[in-house]
Amino acid sequence: MNTDVEKNVDKHNGNADVASIEYTRGGRYYRPRVDIVEREGDLTVLADMPGVGPDDVDVQFNDGVLTILGRVADRLPADTPYLSREYGVGDYYRSFQVSDQIDAQQISAEMANGVLTLHLPKAAAARPRKIAVAAK
Amino acid sequence: MVRLRTESFAPLLQLREEFDRVYKSLFRDGGGTPAGQSKASGIYPSLNIWEEADALKVEAELPGLKADDLDLTVLGSELTIQGRITPTPEGQTVHRCERPAGDFRRVVRLPIDVEGEKIVATLNNGVLLITLPKAAGAKPQKIKVNVG
Repeated sequence: MNTDVEKNVDKHNGNADVASIEYTRGGRYYRPRVDIVEREGDLTVLADMPGVGPDDVDVQFNDGVLTILGRVADRLPADTPYLSREYGVGDYYRSFQVSDQIDAQQISAEMANGVLTLHLPKAAAARPRKIAVAAK
Repeated sequence: MVRLRTESFAPLLQLREEFDRVYKSLFRDGGGTPAGQSKASGIYPSLNIWEEADALKVEAELPGLKADDLDLTVLGSELTIQGRITPTPEGQTVHRCERPAGDFRRVVRLPIDVEGEKIVATLNNGVLLITLPKAAGAKPQKIKVNVG
């Protein structure tokens, strides 16, 4: 696990210099930017993975670890003579440890406009419950 | 970029630990530009620009952008890319908030003359590709050499 994580690069943050991007294809992954919000009984994860189509994304939830993998097809030959190159293109990978209160069977995912949206419903036992107070 | 630390999750904690924090800490200690302070900081979107035989290509990654929310204009040698990315609806608790959202605008000066009328743009899986055909004057002209 560590091995993968150490290769993980945020393409927009400082380390996205061209030199480090050159060997992206050799197993390097970009770390997608995510929003994670919690609503009643539901965790929603949005991950920016531009260039990834609905068939190129792989989501796994295993032992409380949520793993997102997005494959990006090569858009240009490696020797393209760029006039300006501000970001690299490559696959995306990120994993999170999530509390085990998620109902793994009910996780749903959709991919649109390069954004992965995941819904992770909490297990029934973890949902907030309103407790009726009886008046005496 | 807002980064919530694990400690602040408190009782509502759902995400106990994020593996890639390991990477972040390694990177911070490894010198170079501190995370979040890239030279392109505040400029959005990032652009890749290259030249083909008869066109200039400009590519940008704009995840979450819908074609209706994008406005492209070319005036003289300036290309303007502007639009709006809908923010994630707020939840009761926000665990991560990293995705850029809201209004953006970027103006780039084109290095060669293009035919403004023939510019084509496509938005595919969050990747914007603009094809700007070169003006006749910007294409290489073969010069015939006569033997005297």
